Amino acid sequence: MTWIVRDLWLIPALPAFAAGLSALARQRNRGFAASLAIGSMGLSFLLALCAFAHTLASSGHGEPAVKVFNFPWLQYGSEWLKLGWMLDPLTAVMLIMVTFVGLLIFIYSTGYMAHDENFTRFFCFLSLFAAAMLGVVIANSLLLLFMCWELVGLTSYLLIGFWYQKPAAAAAAKKAFITTRIGDLAFLIGIVWLYSQAGTLLFYDNGAGCLEHSTLMRLIVQTTCIGMAASTGIALLIFAGAVGKSGQVPLHVWLPDAMEGPTPVSALIHAATMVAAGVFLVARVYPLMSAHGGVNLAPSSTTALQVVTWIGAITAVFAALIAVAQDDIKRILAYSTVSQLGYMMMGLGVGGVAVGMFHLITHAFFKALLFLGAGSVIHGCHEEQDIRRMGGLKRFMPITFATYAAGMLALCGFPLFFSGFWSKDAILHAAQAWSISRVPFYLGSFGALLTAFYMTRQVYYVFFGESRLARHSHQSHSTDAEHHAHGVSDSPHESPAVMTMPLVILAAFAILLGVIGTPAWPWFDSFLKGEPATFNFAGFLESGILRVMLFSSIIVILGLGLGWWFYGRKPIVSAEEPDALERLQPQIFDLLRHKFYVDEFYQDTFIRWNGWLSHVSDWLDRWIWNGAVWAVSYFVLGLSWLARSADTYVVNPGFDEGCRTVTAGGKLLARLQNGRTQNYLRLVGVAFAILVAFLIWSGVQ
Amino acid sequence: MTPLTSCLLLSALLFAIGLAGALMRRNAILVLIGIELMLNAANLNFIAFWRYGPNPEALTGMMFAIFSIGVAAAEAAVGLALIISLYRHTKTTNIDEVNSMRG
Repeated sequence: MTWIVRDLWLIPALPAFAAGLSALARQRNRGFAASLAIGSMGLSFLLALCAFAHTLASSGHGEPAVKVFNFPWLQYGSEWLKLGWMLDPLTAVMLIMVTFVGLLIFIYSTGYMAHDENFTRFFCFLSLFAAAMLGVVIANSLLLLFMCWELVGLTSYLLIGFWYQKPAAAAAAKKAFITTRIGDLAFLIGIVWLYSQAGTLLFYDNGAGCLEHSTLMRLIVQTTCIGMAASTGIALLIFAGAVGKSGQVPLHVWLPDAMEGPTPVSALIHAATMVAAGVFLVARVYPLMSAHGGVNLAPSSTTALQVVTWIGAITAVFAALIAVAQDDIKRILAYSTVSQLGYMMMGLGVGGVAVGMFHLITHAFFKALLFLGAGSVIHGCHEEQDIRRMGGLKRFMPITFATYAAGMLALCGFPLFFSGFWSKDAILHAAQAWSISRVPFYLGSFGALLTAFYMTRQVYYVFFGESRLARHSHQSHSTDAEHHAHGVSDSPHESPAVMTMPLVILAAFAILLGVIGTPAWPWFDSFLKGEPATFNFAGFLESGILRVMLFSSIIVILGLGLGWWFYGRKPIVSAEEPDALERLQPQIFDLLRHKFYVDEFYQDTFIRWNGWLSHVSDWLDRWIWNGAVWAVSYFVLGLSWLARSADTYVVNPGFDEGCRTVTAGGKLLARLQNGRTQNYLRLVGVAFAILVAFLIWSGVQ
Repeated sequence: MTPLTSCLLLSALLFAIGLAGALMRRNAILVLIGIELMLNAANLNFIAFWRYGPNPEALTGMMFAIFSIGVAAAEAAVGLALIISLYRHTKTTNIDEVNSMRG
């Protein structure tokens, strides 16, 4: 066992250690906290590179190399619960992505949060998040994964509600936590079911793990009462956890509200890493999801994976539709994230681990880039977040514009040069070849059209035209950090180098990452499968790849063109004028702007039922449980009253009577001793006479 | 009735009178007198038993009586001293009032 596999635990432990130390630091030790966080993340990145190198060296032999390190953790009776970590190609790529993107965002945050007084707390929470996320990635045990999963949820709550004095932020944090909790409950039930059937929660354990062949065969055969195989049931429950964490419909409602947190948080947690944890989970338990009894069935035709695909496809289109009508720059990106997560799930469902994970990796880079760019825009516009009040920023913030444009084109999937094209294409190609139905393919294509459309809309609103910034726009509704020294100059300005450097690096990756996933050199796919990768242009000529590439290119150009038609031809002049689409179809636009009224629906049903339930519980608590407690206490009081009465009216007088008798007796006897000698002598005389008489009488006898 | 019996009756009577006086008189001096009377009755008993006993010529009875009178005299002196001391303390000779030792 090489040192890196044994010491893989260091990768999450270093940020955790940084978080612990930062928690003890004072608020004014900013440099300490930031350097701890960035330093530990940098070290974790280096270790991740070592792990990646190790995996590279030991791959390419046909089977993906999985190295594990398991240890017994908790003993109950004669059983041991074991935990462990693992290193395989999937882990390695996720580690690199999380540590690298995390490092860049940490560096960005030193600039973005420079004016915030809770700087140290921010970096403490960020480090804790990084530790938890890395724990999720390396976990070999579903239990360890779940523990770190919950910790990720906690840190997400802490970071969304970072500016907790703002009621909207506190409410958003609560909403995020509760919504993901619903998914986590199903996840936990799945874990318990899996443990009861498989006897272990370790993924890989020399043949005895729950993702290994023998256990999977056992799980396929067992059926529940409704005829569903145990493997399907467990897989669906675990997927429910992913639905919550990755914001799939119907549990997507927390992601847009989570934009109340600072922008680096949105970039790291709600674009690149935490929401990707759900997708990663599905990829991790893919053997369970794709386990089937038949020999000739494709892996993507199991019930569990069908559910994953449908939910992914529906989410992709649903969220893209909503994003068309949003006005907050971060909300658009949030719904875009939800939509892209739907794509990833769809990719996992129709095409397998490599397809979904490739999109996850590319998405992490360009979405983080877009969010950080949005943060740069917000920072430069003095905390303005409404795109109707921005404009013309191309002139004022050139670096931000260039990198944002790169990210936008990658997200839309602009042909050939941007990584998003290759990853989305892989998904669409797999969807087109899906044996169950073509509908996800059509939904995915429609979603791609919408993506191009709304991103173009956003870019035209924000960067082109004339500046619509209100001259006195110190909108303090978004953050508390407006103690800028900007003073007189109200015009937007470019962000400092500490913020634009990460943008440039991410943009470079958004473009270059496409290289590892082209059909000519499917390195990513082969790496995850453990096969050697070959460079071969003939890969383009395989079954329908060129057709799909052409089709998706047309879709993207069409979307960009539509966006230009509506928003680019005539520059948008004022902030109050209605949206071009709104003028065309006001009712539909309104429906989309109100997010299909999903939040209101939930409020009227589940939240109201929950309120009713809490009233019932309160009544029960007040009258039934409380009543029982009262009954016991009154009973005891009654007993004590009885005791007191017995004491006062029975025991005490009896005792007093006795004492009085003794006193009277004493008084009587005391009269004998009256101090008069003559009396004593009289008594002696009488007694003597009696004694003599008695003696004589007995003597006579 | 022999002369011995009548002497013994007389001394018994005197003893009883003396006892009654000692036990029932209020004045301390009268109590002393009673005690003297009791002692003298005892003396009379001695003399009677000497005179009417087996050996009247020996002086035994008379020796007894003289010793007894001597002891009685000493004891009367002590008693009187006690009474005087008591009178100086309590200013009364009524022994009913000397009850400070009562319980």
